[in-house]
Amino acid sequence: MGVAILAPDPEPDPPMLRRRAWLRSNFLPYALISPSVAVIGGILAFPLGMLVWLSLQHYGLRELIAHQGRWVGLDNYRSILVDPLFHQVIVRSLLFTFACVVLTLVLSTLLSLLLLKVRRVVRVLVMSALVFVWATPVIVSVDIWQWMFDYEFGVMNYLLTQLHVGNFIHHNWFDNPVQGLGVLVLVVVWGAIPFVTITLFAGLLQVPSDVIDAAQVDGAGAWQRFWFVTAPILKPIFLIVICLSTIWDFGVFNQIYVMLNARPSSDYFTIAIYSYRESFGVTQYGLGASIAVVMVIVLVFVTFFYVRETVKVAEIA
Amino acid sequence: MIAPGTAQGVQLGRARAEAQANVELNLWQRSKQLLFDATGVAVAVLMLFPIYWMVATAFKPGRDILALTPKWFPSPFTLQNFRDAIARPFFLEDVRNSVIIVAVMLALALALAFLAAVGTARFGFKGRTAFLVMIIAVQMVPLNALIIPLYLMLDSVGQVDALPGVIAVYLAAVLPFMVWTLRGFVANIPVELEESAMIDGCTRVGAFLRITFPLVGPGLVATAIFGFIQAWNEYIIAYVLLSSPTNQTLTVWLASFTTNHGPEWGPLMAGATLTGLPVVAFFLVLQRYLAGGLTAGAVKG
Repeated sequence: MGVAILAPDPEPDPPMLRRRAWLRSNFLPYALISPSVAVIGGILAFPLGMLVWLSLQHYGLRELIAHQGRWVGLDNYRSILVDPLFHQVIVRSLLFTFACVVLTLVLSTLLSLLLLKVRRVVRVLVMSALVFVWATPVIVSVDIWQWMFDYEFGVMNYLLTQLHVGNFIHHNWFDNPVQGLGVLVLVVVWGAIPFVTITLFAGLLQVPSDVIDAAQVDGAGAWQRFWFVTAPILKPIFLIVICLSTIWDFGVFNQIYVMLNARPSSDYFTIAIYSYRESFGVTQYGLGASIAVVMVIVLVFVTFFYVRETVKVAEIA
Repeated sequence: MIAPGTAQGVQLGRARAEAQANVELNLWQRSKQLLFDATGVAVAVLMLFPIYWMVATAFKPGRDILALTPKWFPSPFTLQNFRDAIARPFFLEDVRNSVIIVAVMLALALALAFLAAVGTARFGFKGRTAFLVMIIAVQMVPLNALIIPLYLMLDSVGQVDALPGVIAVYLAAVLPFMVWTLRGFVANIPVELEESAMIDGCTRVGAFLRITFPLVGPGLVATAIFGFIQAWNEYIIAYVLLSSPTNQTLTVWLASFTTNHGPEWGPLMAGATLTGLPVVAFFLVLQRYLAGGLTAGAVKG
């Protein structure tokens, strides 16, 4: 027991005591983190390695039953590289991600700046609205938007017709993939704004007001104050938020898959859906794995920046 | 010759001009403030509308839902949609599955994350930075990309279409964030508090249990709520791993809510409201707990 060590023993045994202390301080932290390391290693890191290994195998239904893949080297990668559908999927995913990230960032930045300017009551109101949206589960939000954009009784078609944007009576938004993906961008951005806005707003509160005042005294306008003073101070937060949004939006699955009732046409395939379809739809797990590897590789670049910034901000290194 | 009163006169004139400018400035400032406030209210209304529309639809009778001119308020008001949603096949089974998965996962995750948080916040050791970098990096691996190997792994040990497999995956998914967050909470409690307790006669373990552990309480609640929300909302893992309807979770039940005649919007919105309700409730609790400040001033810097 620790008590025995701390109590003033009449005859302490220094070498023994020192050894126990040494053992404890060297062994204890590893014992504390080892369960977490085991879980993360076994259920996240190992599957990541297995994903790469699978992408080098032919792994169909027969291999699934035999629990044994057939080694094909880089064949899966060769076949997706010449697959025109895969090219479309990559371009679509990148455009979708770009649209979502830019819209989320611009709208959230404006909203967080607005939050600084509004009266307290209004701030509480906006914050509560953001928290409610943030708390809405993704599947729930997809169901809501699906209902709002319903071609027959959806409130959106009614409102747009009433506002004379055009005749949207019985307009099916998902007939045309560009419009359908536009609606999906809206769903994603609506869900992402709360987290990004609240994070940026918390960052804005940290910006020392004397720096802003000094810039104002020196004659900087509002735009200059934001661009040359606030934005550089918030740069690490912006980078983290951009990285996270990119990672989430590039790997988008739930919104598209559920919005299209689990039967998205190939016009709606993003990289995660394509990988899912190849593996669980047509049981080509090796091919699906190679698509997932491409997705991970793209994200590793983004992640690299994220980790570097987070480590810098947290100053753990 | 300059009259003796000139200086005062100039000052007076200046003050008058300033006062007038102030009035104009005030008017300009007030209208600007009004514009900002109005924009803020408009944003809040726009953001909340989808949620309002879900709840309003859930309380409307069927003929008001399927109306070409939407009814903005649910009057007459009905609970029939909620009754229909609950009475639908597998609703109660899937609620039970969601609760079991979340509860077991959280108990395990809190224990593991707390140990790792103490290990990294209270001890310096070789590999600590590497561990923390791994914790951050691994959060970035999209679960979507790991579904194939996870499915094959669990398939080979016979845990596909069984709750333990999903619990294990969720545990690994939330653990990095929980370790990271709890580590922050533990690190924020000054070691001096523990040390002074030890001087007052506490053992190291005793000091930890009596001083640090209660102070980490809000951190444990916050991370638990985070884990709850993640697991409760998760869809794709549960959808792929759990194939039989009696084993599925609430989100899978909700996502497959269609009939032969297309979706029944009333019960669907009622089901969505019921699914979202616990999450919103926990989110509101989370906000209160994050207020913190419990240890502020306990030790003078």
